[in-house]
Amino acid sequence: MIKEKFSEGDSLLHKLDPRVKIIVALSFSVIVAVTDKYTSLSVALLFAVGAVAVARLETKEIISRLLVVNSFIFLLWLMLPFTFPGKNIYTLDSLNISQEGIKYALLITIKSNSIILAGIALLSTSSIFNLVHALRHLYLPDKLTQLFFFTYRYTQTIHSEYIRLNNALKIRGFKAQTNFHTYRTYAYLVGMMLVRSYDRSKRVYNAMLCRGFKGKLWTLNHFVFKKSDFVTGMVMISCIIGLVLLP
Amino acid sequence: MKERKNEAVIKITDLSFAYLSRDYIFKKFNFNFSKGERIGLVGPNGSGKTTLFHLIMGLLHPSEGKIEIFGKERKVENDFIEVRERIGLVFQDPDDQLFSPTVAEDIAFGPLNLRKNHQETKKILKETLETLGLAGFEDRITYNLSYGEKRLVSLATVWAMQPEILLLDEPTIWLDEETIEKIVQILNNHPHLSYIIISHDKKFLRETTNKTFKMINGKIEKI
Repeated sequence: MIKEKFSEGDSLLHKLDPRVKIIVALSFSVIVAVTDKYTSLSVALLFAVGAVAVARLETKEIISRLLVVNSFIFLLWLMLPFTFPGKNIYTLDSLNISQEGIKYALLITIKSNSIILAGIALLSTSSIFNLVHALRHLYLPDKLTQLFFFTYRYTQTIHSEYIRLNNALKIRGFKAQTNFHTYRTYAYLVGMMLVRSYDRSKRVYNAMLCRGFKGKLWTLNHFVFKKSDFVTGMVMISCIIGLVLLP
Repeated sequence: MKERKNEAVIKITDLSFAYLSRDYIFKKFNFNFSKGERIGLVGPNGSGKTTLFHLIMGLLHPSEGKIEIFGKERKVENDFIEVRERIGLVFQDPDDQLFSPTVAEDIAFGPLNLRKNHQETKKILKETLETLGLAGFEDRITYNLSYGEKRLVSLATVWAMQPEILLLDEPTIWLDEETIEKIVQILNNHPHLSYIIISHDKKFLRETTNKTFKMINGKIEKI
């Protein structure tokens, strides 16, 4: 289940206006994604680590999130050095390891970790409701913001249906094994899960209609754009511009 | 639109309805409900009690017949927007009703849809929580509430819209006696409220309603 583990807190980043956070996170990601300079990228990674430190988040949880991303990157390390054309620096049996390949893999590693860390520090420190609200204030179309919100909401619904069905299996002594009975049971489980979640999502939507929902999500807490938001935002944006200007 | 006193605010005439590939639930069904009435609705499972609520709210549409609510015929989706703003339906399963992360946001959802400003909404929120004995629940996470709490919060989310008529679908099911007693008190403390309650809890209906109707075989009759 998606838990908003980091959304509660009282660090500088938790208090920062979500609109500022979204803009900073977006520009940071774009800049990091298109830059190929090692100096800029190393500083970007430092910024990202710094931001996580400022947000005072649980280290263990952050590492476990990074592991997920880096397990994909690990696959790149298995492939890129051997397949990327370039100067040969080492030969392993008949496989050539190219310098460019290693550089390229390193580049991707730094980029993705910086972006993920910045995302954790900036975006996961707001609740989904606030992010949705902020996106609306940034003039993202209603349909897109709702899509974002309901994807979140129904992932949770599907997950709780899964737990319910899984418990129903367990209490009748089901154990997953490598046999046809297991496959069939899981197929039923997935099918039932989708049907049930679909039904439930319809009922939730109906309940929303009954409470006067007309396609717009209003939030209870309004953002107040404070002076400190402006200052922090400007400092962050200047850092990002600095990244581009680095030699 | 002003409706005359004692005239039916919900008027259903010759209504027919069937779910896909099933027999008719209602055929030439008639039902009237006036302001100030507090009625209980009983009947076997599958007799169409919940369906009736959904037809009133415009979540389902009849194949034939006429639904007049607040003196106006209601046919298409847009006709029901006003109905939903003035009649509150509390679903049987609170997990269908609650969708916001916190209790406060879920309760505020309705009033904000009614375009109340933030000050008004906060005031309504506070009053609603107090009325329903939920003070201090503002920041609780909705999916971490106990079942009984979820039921009360569900009622609160609809209560906050200050509906003229409440439709309650099995409000006491799976609740302990204390929580049921709480709901009885809340309803009886608001004698001007009109409502229809679907319930199989005879004691609860005796304490909260003054008339009971039974639905059976697509018909409704007073008992």
